[in-house]
Amino acid sequence: MRRTFKAGLGAEVAALALLAGLASAEAGSLKIESWRNDDADIWNSKIIPAFNKHYPDIKVEFAPSAPKEYNAALNARLDGGTAGDLITCRPFDASLALYQKHQLDAVDGIKGMDNFSDLAKAAWQTDDGKTTFCVPIASVIAGFIYNKEAFAKLGVSEPKTLDEFHAVLEKFKKDGTYVPLVMGTADQWEAATMGFQNIGPDYWKGETGRANLIAGKERLTDPQYVAAFKEIAGWAPYLGSGFQAQTYADSQNLFSLGKGAIYAAGSWDISTFRGQAKFAMGAFPPPQPAGTTDCYISDHTDIAMGINAASKNKEDAKKFLEWLTTPEFATIYANALPGFFPLGTTPVKVEDDVAATMVGWRQTCKSTIRNSYQILSRGTPNLENELWNVSAQVVNGKLTPEAAGKQLQDGLDKWYKPAK
Amino acid sequence: MAEPVSHVTAQMPRAKLAGLLLFFLGPAVVIYTLFSIYPLVATMALSTYTSDPSGSRSFVGLANFRTLLGDALWSKPFWNALGNNLIFFIVHMCVQNPVGIALAGLLSLPGVRLKGFYRTVMFLPTMLSVVIVGFSWNLILSPLWGVASGALKAVGLGSLFAPWLGLESSALVTLSLISVWQFVGIPMMLIYAALLNIPEELIDAARVDGLGQFRIFFHIKLPLVLPTISLVSVLTFVANFNAFDLIYSVKGALAGPNFATDILGTFFYRTFFGNQLQLGNPTMGAAVATVMFFIILLGLCLYLFLVQRRIRRYAF
Repeated sequence: MRRTFKAGLGAEVAALALLAGLASAEAGSLKIESWRNDDADIWNSKIIPAFNKHYPDIKVEFAPSAPKEYNAALNARLDGGTAGDLITCRPFDASLALYQKHQLDAVDGIKGMDNFSDLAKAAWQTDDGKTTFCVPIASVIAGFIYNKEAFAKLGVSEPKTLDEFHAVLEKFKKDGTYVPLVMGTADQWEAATMGFQNIGPDYWKGETGRANLIAGKERLTDPQYVAAFKEIAGWAPYLGSGFQAQTYADSQNLFSLGKGAIYAAGSWDISTFRGQAKFAMGAFPPPQPAGTTDCYISDHTDIAMGINAASKNKEDAKKFLEWLTTPEFATIYANALPGFFPLGTTPVKVEDDVAATMVGWRQTCKSTIRNSYQILSRGTPNLENELWNVSAQVVNGKLTPEAAGKQLQDGLDKWYKPAK
Repeated sequence: MAEPVSHVTAQMPRAKLAGLLLFFLGPAVVIYTLFSIYPLVATMALSTYTSDPSGSRSFVGLANFRTLLGDALWSKPFWNALGNNLIFFIVHMCVQNPVGIALAGLLSLPGVRLKGFYRTVMFLPTMLSVVIVGFSWNLILSPLWGVASGALKAVGLGSLFAPWLGLESSALVTLSLISVWQFVGIPMMLIYAALLNIPEELIDAARVDGLGQFRIFFHIKLPLVLPTISLVSVLTFVANFNAFDLIYSVKGALAGPNFATDILGTFFYRTFFGNQLQLGNPTMGAAVATVMFFIILLGLCLYLFLVQRRIRRYAF
């Protein structure tokens, strides 16, 4: 009836590995492994030609896989010795595992690494922070994108505090023309990434709270975490009808068709909306809870690049990575892919106005990465998986904020022993 | 009666016979060994190992299975997936197969027009890619732009509509029914073919005895196609416990909400390949795959010993 998927997947991975083997690189040329197949055009038409202006003799090939199968395919190719010279690095444990298996080289010696802050490098470092194994490329910022026409029609302005935010949502709900807040829970990760991790950092004070959580000084049952869950639990009345079955693609379409007022966003959505939406858009950072003064944003380090330890052309690979640390590359990347923000300390001019707004929050607010990513998602149960699950349930009204915090902490306690 | 074939082979020189066997059986043996038996044995072997962060593997015997079935962290999702898989299977048995039988019965009635057309239309979804089926049904049932809510409203039942795919209580049954919709053509075709094999004389005799179409179906045709129905059931069982694609394409590897649609296939996938920040664990994944294999094997054995042997076949 149906083909057995195990055999199918295995064969696919094997076939990919074989194909990669046939095209393995020789000296003078570099092959890049990546999951960004959406960006293949930009790499081939903009980034690689710009690199070749400096190094005309190095032939660079961008060879992406589909995002869903990237990790499995890359591992198969690395194990089989057929992977490309440059490896695009997922953040945290996926890449750390590659470094521990001696499949990635350390990049501390690369010129220009001091161009990145510690926070920017954290996703690609050993736990003690002493060795870095990938050169950071970009981060994504979470916040809210809104329909300027809808805001003008109802005469509301960007909410600064959560109280104002709720008032705006209520106004849109009464008016009835627009879905006040566009977010679905069918795919679960939206509730965690664009819900909990988006508005949460203001409660747990960004990096301070994240570090305390790892050190075991704070627990997910503490008031600041439960309060963040309470906030997203209150969103349900303002979401579209049947939001429990609304997928991520549904949300994107709903907003870009002009039917929604506010979209719980990741900056990576900008390019999608630029292609589809016909109205003016703006963005505001997560509104602040009452009584807080400092603001925090989820500025999540997402993409980096390292050297395959088995590469035959490490000299050229190093030259390429050195070039990745330059403002020249950062400017090309940031403008070709609005919503992916370079991590270097030199500010980069971003042309897209929404992207420029979002990256501008770095000046006024403090950046933090998602608190479930470093170290805490290493065991079973996996904290990030759990977070998707409970966040979606909290928004659906199936789990109380207190129970959500308890489930996460109980899961963490089963395997995680913070270093004393 | 003489057996001419064995007669011929008995008189054949040994070497020639061996050559003949190799010629006819060799390719199948090689292909099955390479693509079925070897991966199966390799998977079972892998399930007795564990790997450390540096990537080296060490033998641990049955420890993975003890963890899977004994440690609540693993056994809870495992039993949840197995339970959901049973529901998935029960829905198929209670809906797909009866509907398939009914459709086949209707198609085999004398005097039905456009038989070929109906047959093709009802078989069509089976040939569609699961991704397309999942995507279409996602759209049909979407509370935002699906036709389902509008259609229900048009007949005055608008209040019955709910975001079925997103609710813990209904997501699994909805997905099962989507799968039923896709695959109902297979039991229909197999049973239809079996019904066509029933000799006309039997039906004619029944008609002479005064039976209507309904009773002919239940008293003559149905008992005669029982072997086919049991074959269809066992195919359904194997396919359902190997299922993965529809759930993955509609709900993703995390099979939400709250793992309400998690079946053994998705559980295996998450374990073996990982998900987002969860790293894949090939050795534990192999243990899950091995348990899945034994569940299917057990089901097949029960079928063979309890059902297959009691089925009476009629030679016409």
